[in-house]
This record gives sequence, structure tokens and C-alpha cells, in this order.
Amino acid sequence: MISRIAHLGRRGCELLEALGRAGIFMAQSAIGVPSREGWYLWLRQMHFVGVLSLAIVLVSGLFIGMVLALQGYTILVDFGAEQALGQMVALSLLRELAPVVAALLFAGRAGSALTAEIGLMKATEQLTSMEMIGVDPLRRVVAPRLWAGFVALPLLTIGFSVVGVYGGYLVGVEWLGVFEGSYWGNMQASVDFVGDIGNGMVKSLVFAVVVTWIAVFQGYDLVPTSEGISRATTRTVVYSSLAVLGLDFVLTAMMFGGLS
Amino acid sequence: MFDNFSPPLLLTLKRVDQPMSDTPFVVVEDLHFSRGDKEIFRGVDLTIQRGRITAIMGPSGTGKTTLLKLIGGQLSPDAGRVLIDGEDVHRQSRRALFAMRRRMGMLFQSGALFSDLSVFENVAFPLRVHTDLPQAMIRDLVLMKLEAVGLRGARSLMPSELSGGMARRVALARAMALDPELILYDEPFVGQDPISMGVLVQLIKRLNEALGLTSIVVSHDIKETLTIADYVYVIADGEVMAHGTPQSLDVDQDPRVSQFVHGEPDGPVPFHYPAVDFTTDILNAGGGR
Amino acid sequence: MKRSKMMELGVGLFMLAGILGLVFLGLRVSGLTFQASGDTFRLEANFANIGGLKPRARVTMAGVTVGRVSAIELDTDWYDARVILELDGDLEGRLSRDTTAAILTAGLLGEQYIGITVGGDPETLADGDTIRDTQSAVVLEELIQQFLSNMISD
Repeated sequence: MISRIAHLGRRGCELLEALGRAGIFMAQSAIGVPSREGWYLWLRQMHFVGVLSLAIVLVSGLFIGMVLALQGYTILVDFGAEQALGQMVALSLLRELAPVVAALLFAGRAGSALTAEIGLMKATEQLTSMEMIGVDPLRRVVAPRLWAGFVALPLLTIGFSVVGVYGGYLVGVEWLGVFEGSYWGNMQASVDFVGDIGNGMVKSLVFAVVVTWIAVFQGYDLVPTSEGISRATTRTVVYSSLAVLGLDFVLTAMMFGGLS
Repeated sequence: MFDNFSPPLLLTLKRVDQPMSDTPFVVVEDLHFSRGDKEIFRGVDLTIQRGRITAIMGPSGTGKTTLLKLIGGQLSPDAGRVLIDGEDVHRQSRRALFAMRRRMGMLFQSGALFSDLSVFENVAFPLRVHTDLPQAMIRDLVLMKLEAVGLRGARSLMPSELSGGMARRVALARAMALDPELILYDEPFVGQDPISMGVLVQLIKRLNEALGLTSIVVSHDIKETLTIADYVYVIADGEVMAHGTPQSLDVDQDPRVSQFVHGEPDGPVPFHYPAVDFTTDILNAGGGR
Repeated sequence: MKRSKMMELGVGLFMLAGILGLVFLGLRVSGLTFQASGDTFRLEANFANIGGLKPRARVTMAGVTVGRVSAIELDTDWYDARVILELDGDLEGRLSRDTTAAILTAGLLGEQYIGITVGGDPETLADGDTIRDTQSAVVLEELIQQFLSNMISD
């Protein structure tokens, strides 16, 4: 019994230590003025992390928008309120689905790739040799990837929303016969730029910071063996997903829940 | 083999001001280091002579790579000092350490080439970091280094396109890019085919002689290492077990040294993992495992 | 080096698409309109009960949207609700003094908005004036109570 408690206590301490390392890591990587070369490194990462994630994010957005419209229509039509389809699709996407789903997809695709890449660099001692040459790997390897994630995910979220709304249009207006004017009109009347789009972007930014941070840290901190890399990539996806969903609840409560 | 080694090229790179006398370049004093609960070094003393090839050997798992990292300033010891050319590595300011790193090169076991840069860019990397030389000069220097290791023609390849031996040679060119005074080799001979092995061994020896380098080779490849080492330290159980010239170690009477140097399967390091008496084990047929 | 040019182009396009997407969201999805600040004028109206009226609700005249509710406050002098309306600048000085404002409901269960109707008074409302004649929101419970008391008295 006592040993169980001691074990739990030790795990708790390890968790705190890891959290502390993660915090110091973030502070050392993200703060600092990028050099001219850093600019180009950031650009490269934007490509790997952002542009290459476009496909999965946009396709998912399209399908989610279409499914939203389909399901929404069947429910709303019972109340004779199918004209509200536009605002239902838009609000669901902008406030919740776009930030959250885009972040989850990003964690799975770009996050795990970042973890694996940095982990491999650690395992093949590239990070060590960089340090021996006198270059801080945090500045050269980690920081560009962090900042690329911070910028890319909100952009991907915007893309998700746009494509999702369009997908809803395709299903609702073109297929199910909702009046085009009411689809857009009701939407425009009820979607608030600052309240809905703005809050959605704030969520997306928070998720971007958290997901990229977890991905990069797991890669940097792992045990440099092939097993260590695979464990770390799994951890990235799991921790990121949990963090996104948990933070989503907190942010939603703050933004849309308490005050009316 | 090395007739096309272009000796004139190397001679121009030779540092004339280095005295080839027996002065210690690296001194490790009473080094203590633990990782977690495991004590890796308890009181290690080493003296590395300038201009010589010193080998650090020992059974695998004794932390030889850790030792190199301690010398290079990447890890800090729990106790003891590392002095490079008289200066304590772990007491340097960031700038001083950066300047010190310019005088050192390190060759890793796996080559550790940056996978996103070409061979040329890899070798140019230290030059770009530490110097402000114009592009044309950097190009010339990189090509000279690649020529010295015989890979000038491979300059545009990516690391993933190189064989293991080639990758290691490029890594050597990179470690040499700034004409360091000290080179640390971490297990350079592991997993090499005979030809690459031969090439590497000769390169290490030739470069050391021609450029007046101080080389520290960490390895457990007895045969190859002893052919080029001027002095050998054998480390086991966190301490220096023996040290001396290759010849003196060959005739050393200590059974641990003898087992290691001659590669005997059984001796102080036993062949059998501790287990119950064999006869008892076999005859325990009915009594479970 | 051509590879890096393509990459730069790609990333640039990506970012441009993101910004354009945001613009699209702003205009098409949230109906953001560009209105220079000089284009609107302010009127106030007090209501006994605003019902479910929310800020940013529409203000219409004859069904045409002519403005928005910019704020709703409690009037501490009269203990009713003071609603601040922002109307199109074209209407400034065109609404009569006896213009009425009523809180109406779109459909049976829809959102609430304000409908204004012009009267006949030759004098007009200027920026900052108060609409005197107002009709509060219909509260369902009061309606039911009225109906019941009518039935009982019959």
C-alpha cells in the first residue's frame, strides 16, 4: 500500500519535472529575435507543416460542412426552420468544429511528423553535433518549427471554415433545396465577426501554441532509440488531442457560456 | 593507396606554430559523473598529449561517449575538471565556450550529418557559423576538405544517398572544416566494411600527422585502434583500469586488461550470466521452470 | 535554388489564401459591412419590456433593414429599458417626431427586432433624440394571463 502511494508520488514528481522542462524549453526556444537565416528556416517549416497539411484539412472541412448541413436539415425541417441552416452550419463551424477538428488533424499529421523528425535528429546525434559546432539547436531547429505551427494552424482553421461553409452550401442549397438567399442571409445576420469568428480564431491560436509545443517538446525530450521515437509520436497525438478538447471546453465556457 | 592524397594541399594547411613536444593538451582531473542512480565515472584521470592520437577503450556500456561529451562541454561533471589547453571547459562563459568549440571537432558514431543539407552544405556549416568568409572562400575551403577525405565529387549528394563509410568521411571533413586543434572520434570503426575501415584508419593517422592535431579516439575495436594509437587508456567500472602504449598493454599481466586486449571470451568478465548450477537445472524436469 | 523559390511561392500563396479566407468569412459569412463612421446617426427609445431583444438586433422600417441596436441599458430615472439605435445616415432629419418604435418578432419563435413607423409630425428627429412613442415586446405569459382573466370574467 505504502509503496503504491510512493510510486504515485514519484510519478507525480516526474510529471512536474517534465512540465518544468517543457516550460523552460518553450521559453528558451520561442523567445529571441530570429536571424536572416532563421527567416528562411521558418519558411521551410511553414511549407512542411502548413502547406502540406492543407489537403487533409480542406477535405475534412468539406466533408464536415456537408454532413453538418445534411444532419442539420433533417432536424430543422421538422420545426419548419430549415431556413436557419446557414446560420447553424456557420456557427457550429466557426465556434467549435473548425478550431477543434483542424487542431486534431494538425496534431495527427504535422504534430507527429515534427516529433518524429526532431526525435530522429536527436537519435542520430545531429542535435549534439550542432551544439558541438556551436549552434544552439533550440534556435536553429526548434524555434522555426514552433513559429511555423503558431502561424499555420490558424490559417488552416480559416481554410477549414471557408470550405465547410461552402460544403454546407453545396448540400443545403444545391441538393436539399434550401433557399440560397436565406442560407447566406440568416447566416450573415447571426454570425458576429468579433464574437464568433474572432473567438474561433483565438481558440485556434491557443490550440496552435499548445499542439506545436507538445509536438516539438516530445521530439526533443525523448529517449533516442527507435522505440523512444515511436512512443513519443504516440504521446504527441494523445496529449495534443486531450489538451485541445479540454482547452476547448474551458475556452467555450469563457467565451460563450457565462455571459449572455 | 594515398598517392593522390595531394600532400601539397595538406602541407599548406599545416599549422606551423604548434610545437610537437609532449605537452598535455587535454587534462581530465578526478572526473565524477552519474546519470540517475548509475555512477558512470568515479575518479577518472586522463592526460592527452598534444599532437598525439590517444585512444580511450573499454567494454561497451562504460560510458565512453559520455566521456567525450564531458570533454566537449556538453555535459557537466558532478565533480572534477576538464582542462583544454589549460582552461576549464565548464567554467567558460558562453562566448568563450563558443570560441573553444571552434578549436574542436567531433566525429560521431553515425556521422550525424544534417539530413536536410547536402554534403557541401554540411561541410560549409561550421564555416558559416564561425566565420564571415565570402562565399567563394567558403567554397574553396569546403572543396579542399572534401578532397582530403576523397569525396569532392560527392558534394551535391544528400546524406541519405551516402553509404555509411562515405557519411563518416563527410562528417570527418566537416569536423575538420575550421582546422581544429583537437578532434574527438566517437566509435569511428563500428560497423564498417574492411575497405572503409582501412580508409578511415589511414585518414585519421595521416591527418593527425600532417596537421599536428590532437586526436582522441573512443573505440572498442582493438585491432584497428591499436595500430594507430600513440597512447591508450582502458576504462572499466568507471575508472581507468590501465594505460600505456599499445605495446605495453599487449604484455600487461593484469587479467582484466589481458582479457580485453586479447579479446578472450572468458575471464574477469564472465561468459556465463549468473544462474543456478547446470546439473541441478537440467534435472529439475518435473518441478516447474 | 529553384526549389526554394517554389517553396516560398507556395507558402506565400498559403498565407494569402488564409487572409482571403478571413475576408470571405468576414463579408459573406458574418455580413460585415463597410460603414464609415459618419454614415449613421443615433436615436434613443425607452421600452417597458424589451423581451428577448439583443444588442446588434436589426432595426427595420417597412421591413427594410435601416440600422442596428447598438446598446441596451437600464434607465435609472424611469426604471425601464433604454435602447440605443444606430440608423442609416440617409434617414437623419427625415423621421418625424411622432415616429413609433415597436419590438416585433420574426416569425412565431424567431429573433426579435425593432420596427419603426413614421408619423405625420412636420418636425423631425435629429441625432441623439428620443423616440417617444414605443411599443414593448409581447410577453407570452402576460398574454395568457390576459386571456385567462378575460375568459373568467365572461
